[in-house]
Amino acid sequence: MTATEHQAHNPALLHHFADAEQQKNAASLGMWLFLVTEIMFFGGMFCAYLVYRLAHFNAFAAGSQQLNIWMGAINTAVLIVSSVTVVLAVKAAGAGKRKVLVGYLVVTVLLGLTFLVIKGFEYREKFEKHHVPGPTFSFTDKFDDNGKQIPVNPKETELFFSLYFAMTGMHALHMIIGCGLFSGLAILAWKGHYTPGYFTPIENAGLYWHLVDIIWIYLFPLLYLISRHS
Amino acid sequence: MSEHEEHKSYSQGFYIAIGVTLLVLTITTAAVAFVNLGPFNPVVALLIATIKATLVVLFFMHVKGASEKLTGAVVVSGFFFLAILISLSLADYLTRSWR
Repeated sequence: MTATEHQAHNPALLHHFADAEQQKNAASLGMWLFLVTEIMFFGGMFCAYLVYRLAHFNAFAAGSQQLNIWMGAINTAVLIVSSVTVVLAVKAAGAGKRKVLVGYLVVTVLLGLTFLVIKGFEYREKFEKHHVPGPTFSFTDKFDDNGKQIPVNPKETELFFSLYFAMTGMHALHMIIGCGLFSGLAILAWKGHYTPGYFTPIENAGLYWHLVDIIWIYLFPLLYLISRHS
Repeated sequence: MSEHEEHKSYSQGFYIAIGVTLLVLTITTAAVAFVNLGPFNPVVALLIATIKATLVVLFFMHVKGASEKLTGAVVVSGFFFLAILISLSLADYLTRSWR
């Protein structure tokens, strides 16, 4: 097949690309470059977390022990299932199954919203316990180190909760953007914008969703699972 | 696992199997956190998280089998620069013993 013939068959192919495969690879590379900037963005916060955790371990452990491990674990599971529905949506798009594609996209958005609702309940608990950094912050709990109750400096635990809200809040913002993105894709997919020859937006939005999932995969053990054995 | 129309796509069953593996690893990491392994608790937790992230990157994000070698290079460089950020920062903060 010559290039002209190919173009005639694929209206989504832009004229400055040699063929659809090159266009797809360029879009994928651009998406990955964006994801690398996201890794560095969250990486800065992970680095700050690491430095302060090593400096104030007892305070961080005491703060971590106050988090709801079940809500965190359930949210991890919700995100993993949503990653599976995303990858199945991409597969359905590649096979040209429009209704299946829309179905998986809608389920993904619903799972994303489920995550945010659970997160909201967790945040409410933090407000009720005055664990939100600021003038009303108070922390009276001790670090339970295998039954030994070690008092901690509330100022240092406030650091833990500052990082907790910065990291989970920024992650939640990414989830909100992801839900908006996938809602838009679901509408466009319903209208038949995507064909087996062109579904790059579905693929690239999927990459974004998986990255947000990976960030949570690290946030869960780092924030929720410090010194739980006691 | 069947590789068909697209060289970057696996079968539905394979994706679900990866998803189940990820869920099992999540339960494992939560359960292991309640066992006292001393200094190895965070090591095990991060090891399991890294296994999960690797599964997602390779099979859900299709880095394994990507037609462009460049994509793989970009992904590796991202984590490489993250490693520089963290290792050099810690090399500083962990060696301030004079303070």
